[in-house]
Amino acid sequence: MSGTSLLSVENLRLDLTSGGKAHAAVEGVSFDIAKGETFGLVGESGCGKSITALSIMSLLKPPLGIGAGKIRLDGREIQNLGAAETRKLRGKRISMIFQEPMTALNPLSPVGRQIAEMFVLHEGASWKEAERRAVEALVNVRVPAPERRVKDYPHQLSGGMRQRVMIAIALACQPDLLIADEPTTALDVTVQAEILDLMRDLCVARGTAILMISHDLGLVANMCRRVGVMYAGRLVELRPSSDLFRAPSHPYTRGLVASLPRLGTRAANGQRRLQEITGTVPGITAFPPGCRFHPRCTVMTEGCKVTDPSATQLPGGGLVRCHHHG
Amino acid sequence: MKLGANLWIGGVLCAIAAIAGILAPWLAHTHPFMDANLMNAEIPPGREYWFGTDGQGRDIYSRVLHGARISLTVGFVSQMINSIIGVTLGLTAGYWGGWWDDFVNGLTNVMLAIPSLIFALAIMAVLGPGLGSLIVALGLTSWSFTCRLARASALSLKSQGYVQAAKTLGYGDLRIMLTQLLPNMLGPIIVIATLGIGGAILSEAALSFLGLGIRPPYPSWGSMLSEARDQITTAPWLSIFPGLAIFLTVLGLNLLGDGLRDILDPQSRSRRA
Repeated sequence: MSGTSLLSVENLRLDLTSGGKAHAAVEGVSFDIAKGETFGLVGESGCGKSITALSIMSLLKPPLGIGAGKIRLDGREIQNLGAAETRKLRGKRISMIFQEPMTALNPLSPVGRQIAEMFVLHEGASWKEAERRAVEALVNVRVPAPERRVKDYPHQLSGGMRQRVMIAIALACQPDLLIADEPTTALDVTVQAEILDLMRDLCVARGTAILMISHDLGLVANMCRRVGVMYAGRLVELRPSSDLFRAPSHPYTRGLVASLPRLGTRAANGQRRLQEITGTVPGITAFPPGCRFHPRCTVMTEGCKVTDPSATQLPGGGLVRCHHHG
Repeated sequence: MKLGANLWIGGVLCAIAAIAGILAPWLAHTHPFMDANLMNAEIPPGREYWFGTDGQGRDIYSRVLHGARISLTVGFVSQMINSIIGVTLGLTAGYWGGWWDDFVNGLTNVMLAIPSLIFALAIMAVLGPGLGSLIVALGLTSWSFTCRLARASALSLKSQGYVQAAKTLGYGDLRIMLTQLLPNMLGPIIVIATLGIGGAILSEAALSFLGLGIRPPYPSWGSMLSEARDQITTAPWLSIFPGLAIFLTVLGLNLLGDGLRDILDPQSRSRRA
């Protein structure tokens, strides 16, 4: 691992309690994010990406809760901090932006005020000072006519502009880590690219690490240095993104990469059907025994039904959780 | 920005009522009750007595002006107390949930089960008649509707994206309640409050009628109405003018409430602009 570790998640288990029984929605998830690194977490819907992110923010609500494992920020455990301590981390050291920029802003408050509130809340700035810095923050996220825009209400802005404002709010207090939960899913493709460029530029300039959560492999390949692939609550592969896309090791990752449509392949290889991964992700209460991927796996053997594979180190760096990794 | 007609009409009606109350001593022709003169009893409205006189020869116009002071004070202050209690309990109950929510819910149900006028009557019986105890009695007894509304709004608002986002940005509970929840639920609360002021003015009338509110000879619109009840066929002006005052004030408050709700909502504001 290069650089110093900023966030370290170790053997995280997240429990969903229903009917008095705890089901592990996420289990044995470990990863590190270095200072200033962009780390991607990909997987299908329902594989545990978002709740992993929420657990880092200590925002899980019953019936979900942290069952086991440690979350450390700069070496300090943060999963059991008191409410007041947790609040100091949120927004100041770890910030988060969401999929829906439409609903993530208070509709009754001018956007400038919502940015300014961060300076007042976390840095004890006066409102006057905070309002001035809010204009600067809008300049940084490349919003045109920021002096006018600070007075606008969220509904007066387009989706892309709102997401820029969200980024301005999230990065206002120079956090060390930005968690982006599918930040561009609700946006147009051209706007997506602008927003991603913006996030990358700002975070590189400030040394902010990004935890990018997405089901868009292309996006993650572009943005992230390392990628973790999650399946049914498990981290099945964790590699530098160039390796992951060049030579995916886990059968699930191979399936994901093979199911990406690629420009130019038809000219080179003739017409072929796009590959798919058959079946669906099992529900939390119905995870199969052994390897959780075995019912959908193409290289499954009898052993996979019984023994849960442990994480194996790959020669080029990274981990894979499969008996038959290639 | 162009304001709606509601806001204008409501604002003007409320302003007239408020000015009438504040300037009563200067606008009134006579003292509200010291200038009683039985020689002038029950004179219909005319040049000298604009609104006529009552059975004791008191000028109704002057009494309506002075009545505005008492009625509006009772209405505003008691509804203010109601709103503060209701919003505080409802907002915290909806946001925090748990045992506090159960407790507030139980309390609200109890309050709804007891007719508020009877409850106010009991409080008045303990505190004794008078303006202060009237305000307290009305202020403590009809917050349950506001509370229900605030709780329901808090419940639906707390799952909104921006409330969740505020949590991830490190907002504390109090800040979330004051900056995210309260402004977003204020529209309906204000409408309910303006209706409540009208209701409080009417409750004041009922309590005064029962002899527990404003005592004669002090005039309030409610007490004037109830005193005039017997003469409604022989001297209708005794009930018409205080009744009209209540009607126009309550109408003004409701229109004002509607107008305020519109300007408090930036989406409807920009639609109009």
